Amino acid sequence: MSTAAATHDDHHDHHHAPTGLKRWLFSTNHKDIGTLYLWFSFAMFLVGGFMAMVIRAELLEPGMQFVDPEFFNQMTTVHGLVMVFGAVMPATVGLANWMIPLMIGAPDMALPRMNNWSFWILPFAFGILIFAVLMSAFGAGNPSAPNFGWTFYAPLSTKYGPASTDLFILSVHMMGISSIMGAINVVVTVFNMRAPGMTLMKMPLFVWTWLITAFLLIAVIPVLAGAVTMMLTDRHFGTSFFDAAGGGDPVLFQHVFWFFGHPEVYIMILPSFGIVSAIIPAFARKPLFGYASMVYATASIALLSFVVWAHHMFTVGMPLAGTLFFMYMTMLISVPTGVKVFNWVATMWRGSMTFELPMKWAIAFVILFTCGGLSGLMLAMTPIDFQYHDTYFVVAHFHYVLVTGAIFSIFAAAYYWLPKWSGVMPSKLLGELHFWNSLISANLLFFPMHFVGLAGMPRRYADYALQFADYNFWISIGGFWFGLSQVIFLVVAVRCAMKKGEPAPAKPWEGAEGLEWEVPSPAPFHTFDTPPVIK
Amino acid sequence: MQSTLFHRAAAGLTSLMISGMTFASDWTERSNLDLRPGVTEVSQEIQDLHTTVLWIVTVIGLLVFGLIVISMIRHRRSKNPNPATFHENVFLEVLWTVIPFVILIAMAVPATRVLVKLDDSAESELTVKVTGYRWKWSYEYLTYEDDNDIGVSFFSNLATPPEQYNNPVLAGGLFPYGTAKDLVGKEAPEKDHNYQLEVDKKLVIPSGQKVRFLVTSDDVIHSFWVPDFGGKKDAIPGFVNETWALVPEGKEGTYYGQCAELCGKNHAFMPIAVEVVTQDDFKAWIAEEKEKAASGPDLTPFSGLDQAMEEGQQVYASACALCHGANGEGGIGLPFAGTDFATKSEHLNEHIDVLVNGRAAMPAFKAQLTPRQIAAVVTYERNAFGNDTGDLIQPADVNDHE
Repeated sequence: MSTAAATHDDHHDHHHAPTGLKRWLFSTNHKDIGTLYLWFSFAMFLVGGFMAMVIRAELLEPGMQFVDPEFFNQMTTVHGLVMVFGAVMPATVGLANWMIPLMIGAPDMALPRMNNWSFWILPFAFGILIFAVLMSAFGAGNPSAPNFGWTFYAPLSTKYGPASTDLFILSVHMMGISSIMGAINVVVTVFNMRAPGMTLMKMPLFVWTWLITAFLLIAVIPVLAGAVTMMLTDRHFGTSFFDAAGGGDPVLFQHVFWFFGHPEVYIMILPSFGIVSAIIPAFARKPLFGYASMVYATASIALLSFVVWAHHMFTVGMPLAGTLFFMYMTMLISVPTGVKVFNWVATMWRGSMTFELPMKWAIAFVILFTCGGLSGLMLAMTPIDFQYHDTYFVVAHFHYVLVTGAIFSIFAAAYYWLPKWSGVMPSKLLGELHFWNSLISANLLFFPMHFVGLAGMPRRYADYALQFADYNFWISIGGFWFGLSQVIFLVVAVRCAMKKGEPAPAKPWEGAEGLEWEVPSPAPFHTFDTPPVIK
Repeated sequence: MQSTLFHRAAAGLTSLMISGMTFASDWTERSNLDLRPGVTEVSQEIQDLHTTVLWIVTVIGLLVFGLIVISMIRHRRSKNPNPATFHENVFLEVLWTVIPFVILIAMAVPATRVLVKLDDSAESELTVKVTGYRWKWSYEYLTYEDDNDIGVSFFSNLATPPEQYNNPVLAGGLFPYGTAKDLVGKEAPEKDHNYQLEVDKKLVIPSGQKVRFLVTSDDVIHSFWVPDFGGKKDAIPGFVNETWALVPEGKEGTYYGQCAELCGKNHAFMPIAVEVVTQDDFKAWIAEEKEKAASGPDLTPFSGLDQAMEEGQQVYASACALCHGANGEGGIGLPFAGTDFATKSEHLNEHIDVLVNGRAAMPAFKAQLTPRQIAAVVTYERNAFGNDTGDLIQPADVNDHE
């Protein structure tokens, strides 16, 4: 497949492009690296999804049927890590790699060799993490894989962590290095490589949201690295950052982790805002409403994300004043987020809409992400959070924003730009099947989690009291259905990669705007060798 | 085998549908869809606040989604071929920034009020220290009215027997399931009414009096949560958190809760059960417990191996089975079945020592179990699972052990 694509691209090329394995291994081309990121993230999405299936199989009915609670905890932990760091983040980096140079009229990313390295670290980072799981699953008597939740609270992950915690620390360090390099590349590219006339306030919103995301990454990934380094020294070098017996504080870990962790959730969702802000105007055939306010709203969300971290820790026993501060700040975030949703609705209003696949995913995103945002507002209210905290209500909330939010928007992006990437239109029939199955099953999967959480079921439970049984049964059915639905997308993507399907014109979507539609489909190996002129 | 699996799934499905409905009414009065109102004033205020906020977000949601749906119907290309071109409107943009801000203030005011009320744990009449352990809770009564020297404390373990939750459908296979092969395909006993919620000894508190809980942990972070009392508090090793509950008179009964912070393998297996009794009943109960605590350990010898085995089996099920396996097959803890440790006489003294003083990851049990219970369970471990050593350990042997 790669050879076929390479020969095809050579056609447009001025010099010899490497072929075969070398093309991918040594690539410094933003499009190839983008493709690698996208395939990698989809592979991780399937791996993390398989782990979710194990979790849902175990929770199908009360009692322990398939795995023991220890392995169940490893599944919840690694599912979270793989989905956050392996599926959502690399997918958005892949989109940035492919689209930012095309959108700003640049020939490539600013730092192509670093780009290569930032991708090729990832398979090794996840190889290490998944190795720990395979060891635990197949080797009787081997130590557990990481089993302390993706939030790895101390002292569960330090004094009580399994031996594989050190593999986890190394793996997280590598993911962090990759993310920082990817982010630096985006910042440098956006500031230095825009085509003449492409002022900052003319950039497509996707570039804006990614620029802000990149600053968030540069600001908080070192904090994550600090957290895992402190864990490492607590485990092996006699320090007591997180151990009260040595004068440390387990709650310090949570402060450090969430100072990274809250901006992290915006790192995962801001690029989605950019994607949807490209797609809705294209299919409403109407310019994006409130471009400037979208930029300012994104920036204010990013700034506010640094002062809300402790809303993840309302139950650790903070002083009243601290609790009130974090409650008010958290509630405040709903203002700029609301502005974005209202802007998208106003963009659709009095437009001339058609509902091709990207638009379907984008509208589903707006509605379901808003559901997740509204339950987020409920969670912000501290006294009620004392009841919601660490229950399935929280699980429902963050799956609405991450699955039907971030991941739905990534699918929207894939259907929107696949013609540009592959040169063929994605199959309409399979795409419709994928969309409708995903939409219905995701809601069957995640909506009842609100009920089971309100009824009192704590999260990360391998077994549960009988009154939670009926909802868990339906949640599991929704889970298996959603999991299977994603296989349809695998077929869609493989068909596009094999060039099966209707050939795509340079601009397959009538209302689409932007420089990426001015190059042929598939986009040639090198584009914008001479910068385009922006009016 | 295949038919068993299918059969189980089908039977499970039917029973789940029914059980879900019958047990729903059992966690006291509540619907199965909404937040539990609970029994304390605070929990009810939280529920009221939840209802208000739920209405606000529902109305906002319906408004936004309504506009989207109207737009999708009226502004599709077939209805509206010529799109408008507007892309900003300062008035609208200011409006939809200011209105949400005002709504937020309206929500923040009652939230702040409830929060301030919740924070006030002063003037309590009973203080109980709650300590989380992997994976059980301990309760120590510190002060009650004018009594500062109660000296009553005990551990509270899951009472659901392991047979009810160990229901493997696959032996070994891809996923590790210890060595529970012999359980595969075995008919699981019917699950109890309060499956995964019942404990061997409940926390007892009086109604009509403010009870302050001092929450801490012995190992990792746990979270003490009884939904009907409104809210949870993390149990953090090395630190003490405060929370409180005042169950009004007339609301006596048993209230259940569960650990709400991931604490390792058996996170789902450390429930909380609180029995709320009248003040008179509570005074009688605490007097009885004080007397028991004052009389020292019961060192009456076992009448024979059978008596020790019977008591030992109960202790094993509640204190040991979670780590060492229901059949002594091991797990997080070492196995007993057929091992040198549990069968060779030279390890007998060591066996008692590990229980009394702990070793590595194995906690010390001298504070959790009486000498009689330790003697019974050591006897059980050395005679059950086919070990049949005939060793009979007496309470006095354990009591003399340093």
